[in-house]
Amino acid sequence: MGMMLTIHPEKCTGCRNCELACALEHEGYFRIKASRIHVYAWEREAFSVPMMCQQCSDAACVSVCMPKAMHRDAETGRIEYDAAKCIGCKMCVQACPFGNAAWDALTESILKCDTCGGDPACAKICPVGALEWADPDLAVQPRKKSFAAKLKTAYAEARS
Amino acid sequence: MNGWMGKILRVDLGSGKVSVERLDPKLAHDYIGARGLGTKIMWDEVDPNVDPLSPANKLIFAPGPFSGTFAPSAGRYDVVTKGPLTGTIAASNSGGSFGAELKFAGWDVVILEGKAAAPSYLWIADDKVELRSAAHLWGKDVPTTTEMLYAETAEDAKVACIGPAGEKLVLFAAIMNEMQRAAGRTGVGAVMGSKNLKAIAVRGTKGVRVADKDGFAAACAETSRKIKEHPVGGTGLRLYGTDVLVNILNSVGGLPTGNFRTGQFATADKVGGESLAARELQRPRGCFACIISCGRGTKVLSPKYAGAGEGPEYESAWGFGPDCNIDDLDAVTKANYICNELGLDTITMGSTIACAIEMFDRGIIGTAETEGLELLPGNAEAMVEAVRLTGMGEGFGKKLGLGSWRLASMYGHPELSMTAKKQEMPAYEPRAIQGIGLNYATNNRGGCHVRGYTISPEVLGVPMKVDKDATEGKPALVALFQNLTAAIDSSGACLFTTFGLGAEDYAAMLAPLTGEAWTAEEFLKCGERIWNLERLWNNRAGFTAADDALPPRMTQEPMPSGPSKGAVSRVPEMMPEYYAVRGWSPAGEPTTEKLRELELA
Repeated sequence: MGMMLTIHPEKCTGCRNCELACALEHEGYFRIKASRIHVYAWEREAFSVPMMCQQCSDAACVSVCMPKAMHRDAETGRIEYDAAKCIGCKMCVQACPFGNAAWDALTESILKCDTCGGDPACAKICPVGALEWADPDLAVQPRKKSFAAKLKTAYAEARS
Repeated sequence: MNGWMGKILRVDLGSGKVSVERLDPKLAHDYIGARGLGTKIMWDEVDPNVDPLSPANKLIFAPGPFSGTFAPSAGRYDVVTKGPLTGTIAASNSGGSFGAELKFAGWDVVILEGKAAAPSYLWIADDKVELRSAAHLWGKDVPTTTEMLYAETAEDAKVACIGPAGEKLVLFAAIMNEMQRAAGRTGVGAVMGSKNLKAIAVRGTKGVRVADKDGFAAACAETSRKIKEHPVGGTGLRLYGTDVLVNILNSVGGLPTGNFRTGQFATADKVGGESLAARELQRPRGCFACIISCGRGTKVLSPKYAGAGEGPEYESAWGFGPDCNIDDLDAVTKANYICNELGLDTITMGSTIACAIEMFDRGIIGTAETEGLELLPGNAEAMVEAVRLTGMGEGFGKKLGLGSWRLASMYGHPELSMTAKKQEMPAYEPRAIQGIGLNYATNNRGGCHVRGYTISPEVLGVPMKVDKDATEGKPALVALFQNLTAAIDSSGACLFTTFGLGAEDYAAMLAPLTGEAWTAEEFLKCGERIWNLERLWNNRAGFTAADDALPPRMTQEPMPSGPSKGAVSRVPEMMPEYYAVRGWSPAGEPTTEKLRELELA
């Protein structure tokens, strides 16, 4: 298995540089409605979460794709989209439980993160490390450890 | 077009008529966008002697060519109009995503004319533009209005609106976008209220085109690197926000305290950025395309001042804190939240309360005038209540809503208003820092720090250290910073990008973006052109050299204590040189030669 895009919402500032970099990479100009990544903001709480394709192991978009335009690449493990095979039925858009596949009326094609072929522009531009291109086994380690540290603190407080 | 979208939207609020105009490429180049382009349109279309709150005034929203691209920390827009607080040309700029979304909808400029017959809001979905009833939104605060508009337009629309303060024509009402970002100064929110316009909601599906994609990406990578490597732009602002300045200014005796009675506040640290980070900060926030992240996502837990949102910025913490002799951070942050919710400029609000406190302290006004409000130095509870009353237009708040100059004049003491051209001076003491005082006095929108931020060289040593107490060279320094900032504002970039970038860097990004030739000299010349056009507007509105002045306290009363003890602002002696550097007559009017040089005559 290859690398995966990991999100750290607690670090996200809501700047949307990821959307801009994605749009330029895939569309050649800054049309961010066609970006494959979107940042959702809760303005009252000043909190944001970036969302893009999770490259599911059991991917609904692949299961429903009749012409097999949406398929898993054996080598990288990522879900790839073959525009040449796509019949535009938009079943993948309806099937994805996260809303991470979208139909672009302008180009008549499916918008879904392709990790820029294994070098995602969004993670590169993110100024705060809220998006990370990481080994899936290792990506959660810092988070596990930071939660473990909270337990450690709680135990230390309980004992004193 | 590349960079620009090439189109201007004009809406007559009275008739609801919508028209579309082409953006003249020559005008776009000469005035860049945002503040510059908006000012040029005001100059061409609006009589500078217009009553700012009458239908004849216009309200212009304009992003810049960088807005909507990944030029680092450059996604801003300006609101340009005649300001009711000052009577000058007003341009207030704001971050967030609103400006970029206007571009995505296809618009470089939105011109609003006339006055709607009843409360209305404008819904812009690409080319579809609709004036709708806002009867159900009138009276609602900013977060509620914003959420209601998401629900009835589009979930991912961007909303700029006024709160109750704008509706009640508070002379320093702000226009708020995405709840937390403010086009704050000079009362642009009151102009919107006077037009019966509650909000603009916009959603765009278009994109900003780039002449040279690879060249632009490379230029932006380089400018990003410079900002990230800068100690202020790359580190300081993210860690502690703009409020990091409290301790810095206090240490040099330049933190205005107690309505500018002195320049140092013993317990200032309690409301500084370090305390904010330790006590209330949830996470740093960034505007559209920002890499600096100076925004503060904060939360106050103490029950009396509980709340959540963004801020405070340095000037807000100063205004509600040291300038009112208050060191209760939770109260300061609460006052800031109320300003965001009701739509008020925090600087003028804080300084107006500080002025009222001094009048109360001196016995010029009492509880009879304040309707029971005990406005004593250090009374945090009364300060917070004063903010709420102002935003709601209730009680003594109705008088506070006029700003400090009109308030102090009402009681016969205009000298106690810490204003230039009737707008409150921000958080840098002109007696302690000579250049910033000259900037306040000559600023085209009155007391304003961001349009000639000489604090960078005079206090922070960026890009080079100059002696803050000296007057030598200051007129040229102030003029240079004013010109550069006029161009930066017009491009859509944030002023904070100057923590790392110079004129040549903006030119290096504009060239591949627009496909036009841009040099540092050309960029600065555009800035000088914009500054002079603003000056021409103000002169035509009746402003003269006599208005290029600071409150007498700054020039006549020596600083009583602290590191700058004994100092006065030497603005009057710097003024002739400033006019000379500008190529203006001794009466402060641009000469024909200067206007020809700038292609303004």
